[in-house]
Amino acid sequence: MRSLYKFGLSILLALGSAAALAGYAFNFPDPVTPIARETLHMHNLVMVVILIMFFVVLGMLIYSFRTHNKAAGFKASKFTGPTNRKQWLWALSPFALLFVIDYGVFGIPAFHAVALYEDTRTDAELVVKVTGSQWLWQYEFPAEGVSYTSRLTTPRDQIDSGAAKGANYLLEVDNPLVLPVGKKIRFITTSNDVIHSWWVPAFGVKRDAVPGFLREFWAKVEKTGTYRGQCSELCGKEHGFMPVVVNVVSQEEFAKWIASKKPPVASAPTAAVEPVAGTAVLAKAQ
Amino acid sequence: MAHDMAHGLPVSDSHDGHYKGGWVRWLETTNHKDIGIMYLIFGFIMLFIGGGMILTVRLELFQPGLQFVQPELFNQLITLHGLVMVFGFAMPAATGLANYMLPMMIGAPDMALPRLNNWGFWILPPAAIMLTLPFFLGLMGVGPGAVDTGWTMYAPLSIQSGWGMDFAIFAIHMLGVSSILGSINVIVTILNMRAPGMTIMKMPLFAHGFLMTAVLLITIMPVFAGGVTMVLMDRHFDTHFFNAAGGGDPVLWQHIFWFMGHPEVYVLLLPIAGALPHVFSAFARKPIYGYKAQVYSFWAIAGLGLVVWAHHMFTSGMSFASQIYFMYITMAISFPLAVLFFCWIATIWKGSMSFETPMLFALGSLVLFGWGGVTGLALSDVAADAQYHNAYFMVAHFHYAFYPTAVMGAMAAIYYWLPKWTGHMLNETLGKLHFWVTIVGFNLTFIPQFFAGLAGMPRRIPDYPLMFAEWNMLSSIGAFVLGSAHLIFVYNVYKTVKGGEKAADKAWEGAEGLEWTVPSPAPYHTFEKPPVINL
Repeated sequence: MRSLYKFGLSILLALGSAAALAGYAFNFPDPVTPIARETLHMHNLVMVVILIMFFVVLGMLIYSFRTHNKAAGFKASKFTGPTNRKQWLWALSPFALLFVIDYGVFGIPAFHAVALYEDTRTDAELVVKVTGSQWLWQYEFPAEGVSYTSRLTTPRDQIDSGAAKGANYLLEVDNPLVLPVGKKIRFITTSNDVIHSWWVPAFGVKRDAVPGFLREFWAKVEKTGTYRGQCSELCGKEHGFMPVVVNVVSQEEFAKWIASKKPPVASAPTAAVEPVAGTAVLAKAQ
Repeated sequence: MAHDMAHGLPVSDSHDGHYKGGWVRWLETTNHKDIGIMYLIFGFIMLFIGGGMILTVRLELFQPGLQFVQPELFNQLITLHGLVMVFGFAMPAATGLANYMLPMMIGAPDMALPRLNNWGFWILPPAAIMLTLPFFLGLMGVGPGAVDTGWTMYAPLSIQSGWGMDFAIFAIHMLGVSSILGSINVIVTILNMRAPGMTIMKMPLFAHGFLMTAVLLITIMPVFAGGVTMVLMDRHFDTHFFNAAGGGDPVLWQHIFWFMGHPEVYVLLLPIAGALPHVFSAFARKPIYGYKAQVYSFWAIAGLGLVVWAHHMFTSGMSFASQIYFMYITMAISFPLAVLFFCWIATIWKGSMSFETPMLFALGSLVLFGWGGVTGLALSDVAADAQYHNAYFMVAHFHYAFYPTAVMGAMAAIYYWLPKWTGHMLNETLGKLHFWVTIVGFNLTFIPQFFAGLAGMPRRIPDYPLMFAEWNMLSSIGAFVLGSAHLIFVYNVYKTVKGGEKAADKAWEGAEGLEWTVPSPAPYHTFEKPPVINL
């Protein structure tokens, strides 16, 4: 029994250390928005607390397995519940601790974090409308009158026939979303067909795109760079093949880019309110 | 009352005369033990079907790129895996345990409604065929294949899906009828057929656990049946329950689904949470700690379980107030669950433990479900949930909640009561091998999934970016190790049925309860005269 136990433990330890040494990605990517930073703090806090809880209890159990053991000649007690005041105190104290952890350690910062996440409208400097569609994303800057589609560019032979895969396999698109650094951006999501979900892990945001309804969230990206994510609500056959790519550029570059994207004719504002016509834009994108 | 039920049945223990031989016996049987065995066999057949499906998925996910399974088939496989495991394996296996053990544990001659019992079981095989037939037809090139929307069947994807969805809807209707019938039977049996002197608060915990499961099922299954009927109406009869263009709302479906789907977690947990204390107590040779606290926790879990459903929908864009409510109320479930853990640990604390196979599985269940529980606390936290939600972190979490309870817990219970059913002790060496292969395989499958999820891998994708490749490879290897563990289980049970050391009436030294007062194997009819209870 004991040797089997050690054998199992050593296998688990070996696997754990092998994984750690290989340098696998194992935690949230570096946060680049206030929300992502909150999310990461919350996550780290929760993980530390639950790991301590789990291993303290596991340690007690292992102590019990070794000590309160028939083979070791331990005679069983007969108690079935707390009987006096002191025992009641001992029995209830873990629950008092759990109460503090749930509603204090986790509950209070979580309340403030959610209030922060939901504050989509104050000081928003730019509005981006994200429309999910089977199986691509449509991005629209309503005020600027710019809209376009963004779809996967990974070649089929990399997916199907084992051709050498590029570094951004399944995370590359033709027209990434371009955003200015350091500006609060209000996102509005919706969908043309089924529910999709827009997720960029480095932004700490994930919001469903629900057909017929508008949902919102915000992001203020603090670092330029390219950030990637994927659709995270099953939306049919190509669900795994509609990535999100966001290029965050300096404010000057963004101004140049958005100007180059604006339709050349003077009637630009009307284009802003027109919904993106699926097929025409698709054809253009190809 | 209990005695009256036995009238009209032959009193002798001889099997001749009151049932037919061959397969007709199994078709017509109203005996709780026969029906219990059929439920268990059915459940484990479905376990292997659902397991085979997910191993195909893990094979595909072994490497980046599409090698074996195209996305259409992939979506069918993950969907059926979920539905088959929850409705085909976990619930029938628990109902099988209840059918076999409940009457013996409360001193009743049979379930209260034996014919209903038979009907409840025999609805299951057609329902299973209904659910999986489009899949096999699809493989042969007939039709669009099975339901491919994920087991959550989110509208409008489920409105768009092929006719495999209609088959799934009818299968769910049948499974729902079967669950409701089984639940009525359990409630009626427990309320009316306890041996004289066994008050509600003297009942075995297993009966308490299953009573709450039955109450939950009767509450949620009609709602779910109504929900899938609305999907059916939207698909074929031009209603717009889930279509915004007609004034409906796709998110309404999520509320209906999770009103069933979240309590369903406790439907699967509570029978096992009721069975585990018996195992702990038997192998620690110490009475159950905190019996009343555990009973009240079952009630609290069932009650709270009904009002927390929207924590599955934190990214769907709910209001601030709803998010806060569903976070805080979900955290409240950690209290009754913590009471259960506390009582289980206190039951083995200062006991005189030995580690036979049932105890190993029960302890494994305790430890791994503990991790499933605390990661659930992490997911309840809205502030971090966006990153966990619909990512592999969440997949790993709910497998840590389901597998240790619905599978390992059921195996602990089966190994514990197997000597009573077969009259033979099981092979301990094989049992321990089964346990350790399970532990290694399970953790190797799901620990990497936590990391893949934190690194950003969404669930339900047939192919993935290169940065998740190592985790997926480890997970796939683990899945095949875990799959092979179940073969050891089947072989071990088969061997125990065929032969082995004779089991005493009280097969385990520390086992307590009425079921250990009848011979091993238990005769076809037990407690035709109610036993005297002097607890």
